[in-house]
Amino acid sequence: MQTYFAGETGVAVIGAGHAGIEAALAAARLGVPTTVFTIQLDAVGNCPCNPSIGGTAKGHLVREIDALGGEMGRAADACTLQSRMLNRGKGPAVHSLRAQIDRTAYSRRMKHTLEQTPGLSLLQAEVVDLRPAEGRWQVSTRLGAVYAAEAVILCTGTFLGGKVFVGEVSYPSGPDGLFPAAFLPDALRALGISLRRFKTGTPARVLRSSIDFSGLEVQPGDEPVVPFSYDTETPPENQRVCHITWTNDETRRVILENLDRSPLYAGEIQGIGPRYCPSIEDKMVRFPDRSRHQLFIEPCGLETEEMYLQGMSSSLPEEVQQAFYHTIPGLEHAQIMRSAYAIEYDCCDPTALSPALEFKDLPGLYGAGQFNGSSGYEEAAAQGLIAGINAARKVLGRPRFVLDRASSYIGTLIDDLITKGVNDPYRMMTSRSEYRLLLRQDNADERLTPLGRELGLISDARWEKFCRKQAQKEAELRRVQRTSLPPGDALNAILTAKGTAPVTTGVRLADLLRRPQITYADLAPVDPTRPPLPAAVLESVEIALKYEGYIKKQQAQVEEMRRLEQKRLPADLDYSAIAGLRLEAREKLQALRPENVGQAGRISGVSPADISVLLIYLAAARP
Amino acid sequence: MQTTIAAVSTGPAPGGIGIVRLSGPQARAVADRVFTGVSGRPVAHMRGYTAALGAVHTLEGEPIDQCLALVFAAPKSYTGEDVVELSCHGGLYVTRRILEEVLRAGAVPAQPGEFTRRAFLNGKLDLAQAEAVAQLIAAQGEQAARAARLGAEGALSKKIDSLADSLADLAAHLAAWADFPEEDVPILTEEETLSRLSTLRAALESLWQLSQSARVYRSGVQTVIAGSPNVGKSTLMNLLAGYDRSIVTPVPGTTRDVVEETVSLGGVPLRLSDTAGLRATDDPVEQIGVRAAQARLDTAQLTLLVLDSSRPLTAEERARLLDLPARSTLLVLNKSDLPARLDPSQLPDLPTVRLSAATGQGLEDLTAAVLSILGARDFSAPDAVLFTDRQLEQVRAAAAALSQAQSALLQGMTLDAATVCVEEALSALYALTGRLVSEEVVDRVFEQFCVGK
Repeated sequence: MQTYFAGETGVAVIGAGHAGIEAALAAARLGVPTTVFTIQLDAVGNCPCNPSIGGTAKGHLVREIDALGGEMGRAADACTLQSRMLNRGKGPAVHSLRAQIDRTAYSRRMKHTLEQTPGLSLLQAEVVDLRPAEGRWQVSTRLGAVYAAEAVILCTGTFLGGKVFVGEVSYPSGPDGLFPAAFLPDALRALGISLRRFKTGTPARVLRSSIDFSGLEVQPGDEPVVPFSYDTETPPENQRVCHITWTNDETRRVILENLDRSPLYAGEIQGIGPRYCPSIEDKMVRFPDRSRHQLFIEPCGLETEEMYLQGMSSSLPEEVQQAFYHTIPGLEHAQIMRSAYAIEYDCCDPTALSPALEFKDLPGLYGAGQFNGSSGYEEAAAQGLIAGINAARKVLGRPRFVLDRASSYIGTLIDDLITKGVNDPYRMMTSRSEYRLLLRQDNADERLTPLGRELGLISDARWEKFCRKQAQKEAELRRVQRTSLPPGDALNAILTAKGTAPVTTGVRLADLLRRPQITYADLAPVDPTRPPLPAAVLESVEIALKYEGYIKKQQAQVEEMRRLEQKRLPADLDYSAIAGLRLEAREKLQALRPENVGQAGRISGVSPADISVLLIYLAAARP
Repeated sequence: MQTTIAAVSTGPAPGGIGIVRLSGPQARAVADRVFTGVSGRPVAHMRGYTAALGAVHTLEGEPIDQCLALVFAAPKSYTGEDVVELSCHGGLYVTRRILEEVLRAGAVPAQPGEFTRRAFLNGKLDLAQAEAVAQLIAAQGEQAARAARLGAEGALSKKIDSLADSLADLAAHLAAWADFPEEDVPILTEEETLSRLSTLRAALESLWQLSQSARVYRSGVQTVIAGSPNVGKSTLMNLLAGYDRSIVTPVPGTTRDVVEETVSLGGVPLRLSDTAGLRATDDPVEQIGVRAAQARLDTAQLTLLVLDSSRPLTAEERARLLDLPARSTLLVLNKSDLPARLDPSQLPDLPTVRLSAATGQGLEDLTAAVLSILGARDFSAPDAVLFTDRQLEQVRAAAAALSQAQSALLQGMTLDAATVCVEEALSALYALTGRLVSEEVVDRVFEQFCVGK
């Protein structure tokens, strides 16, 4: 086929989903010419699954992306239909924001943001080939254009070798009926990248007017709405509600009777699905004792009547889907507008990547999102941001940017992917972070905005706002440490009402706030010198005091971890030559080639004794 | 900052000299908190390669033993760091007590091979030596991991595994409950969490108790030498210990506190406590000694009740003979070298030996009788051997972390704080096998709960 040279670019981003968007914006904002290739321009920032952003641990990721100067939080705030703060009452470490969003508005906004970003070109084109050429990468499109790029970021999502399954029917396809990237897998294999098959799925969308909401439980949003972005001055409003309904014995009967028509159970699907996102037939089979399963009916947008049925993804035939959806209260006459489907796609083994998300053996080639074996919009965006930053810094000749596990959920996510690898699509969870009392959604700015500023992704206005908030927090911490309240009836009445001991001598405000039962709001009547402060500042002061002991303990663990992370392991280290390493450890270290001793210690099967041996070896090797 | 490590550096064999070795920047400071020299000069001011005589004591000042402190100043020491060696009279009990105090004073327990590792890192060993040490460390790690893995080898290891399992289930439930708040995860109430925590903690603590008593088999059977004043208890102690450990005088009531020593009798280590003579007394100091002796008697695993066979039983002795723990008491009829005046028909039906502690005559009979009594006990020797100090430490650390989880909840802290403590406990139990807490927890969440959109 005739090809033509179409131009040069700094960073080429393949895919404009949640990973591709953050990657491209970060690279362009750092001043590197960036080109984004997407198969369908109208599907930029598409949400082919749930119409929501955030959730447990995912909300943390969005906050962190925002704190580093990413886009997802701002866009989610602008398109929020309903917002909830999950896990209120379970402790600040697990508070998580989630917003239902208008998916069409979100997509339009993201596309427009890309279009308006200086130095960024957004193109509709299918990339079919990728190869190194003269120290750069050659990116070829289906229509014969050839671009030369300094760095390439693969953000291919479910498009890469995508194949859709509905019952006995299957065909090559990307998500939402879009074209798949059918040629790129072979090009990647030719580069020596080993690809594997993962699968995911999505439920049906049904017409709002065909649902009988009368008997269903309503789930309203939380007031007041807390925005994702530290930039958002006016929080969005709750505009829509969700509804809850349940499956029943009849649903189960229909599903189990038709199980043989599921491509999953018939053995048609080879890909490995996410454990956290089982299809409804999977749930019925794996948890036969459960009499019912919950589902949420969620709005897809303000200008559409499509409703998303969360909890009911399926790959059963269309007519079976209709039959079982109709067994569910409220959905008896539901009109399916889009059927549920499963989709299989290619992804890489993320242990082939460095902490910068660059292929260890293919300098200048990066991966992010589902391509790296993760799942979820937020996980994708987080990786996209880091890959984009690093690709741009490589082009600019700057050192790479790595977040460690103690800094963020983003760092934890990436370290898990590249160190432990994945067996099924990886979803972020708060239980994955051992430092979760430090990595809260309320302090994402404190942890990451100074880094974002240093990188060049935080505007002056944003930086000023951040510094003001920090100053307020520090001043307030000093004030509550210094201010003593005299014992008195008013104070003791408050303390007693809250079920905590009254005081007989003067007591510092800080000591009262340390009591788990006492909140800032409780003390307002007896704290006349309190300056007017934003809720976020009060929250952060209160958490700092209440959790001080736990925070200190985790900080000590972090220091120990960072000490080991500073001990670097050479990339070409021959582990088979190190006497004293156990066989299992030797094999795993050889395969994974960790960058430092800390990472080596997180490989399962590498014991503390092996780490001692490594430390000795390292010291011996030092000239 | 580099930590200061400590360990008993003499083997776990009874007798001879026991050395507790400290290494690190705080070695002298830590030593000063548990050691007071006769000269009054602090260890911190001692020059390298010098020694000082003095006493080791608890942080509170309670004496433990006489001791010689040797100082090696950095870099001229084995490890290249400041090193202090506390040499005492030896015996497992005394060295362990000193180690405990040293750890309380701020040192941390040395990992296997850590002194050598530090020596190497500070340039004190060449590569060949270091590699030999690396292999040794690896072998020890492997051994510990294998011991932990092969549950079949020891009932206690199995119990640890099963507790870790229950703990992982609890952690998974807490995780599912936090990570899937809108899913149908069974509610985990604070009461239920507390009750599961307390069950698990109790199990860990009883495991700790059990293992302690099993460990006795290795580190000494707690043995009390009891009897009326001046029947020759201290002479017996000295006979068994092989040197003058207790002060022997003909004045009744000389031994006012409890003197301890670990001796080997027929291969079994006995942790001997020579106690003040049991008698009613008005001397307040002696009263304290008598109370301490009675307390020892109550917890002893073996009691050697010494009677003077050269005189009739006193009324007090006859009374005491009635409420002895029959299963583990050996009657020692001492002073067999003197004419017998004791009426054997007044003695209860207990194992009895005749002995002259002064001449040593009858020691073989005593040994045989002790072994026969201990042989009848229900120690499981394989467990005792396989249950390593490291496993013990894991169990202890896990119980402590669970206790923190409990108090977090009781104080009204949120579940996220308690969850972190639960995972810390699990991580302690997983330490030997290198299993990863987060992976285990996440696996269980998806196995046990129907979660996901």
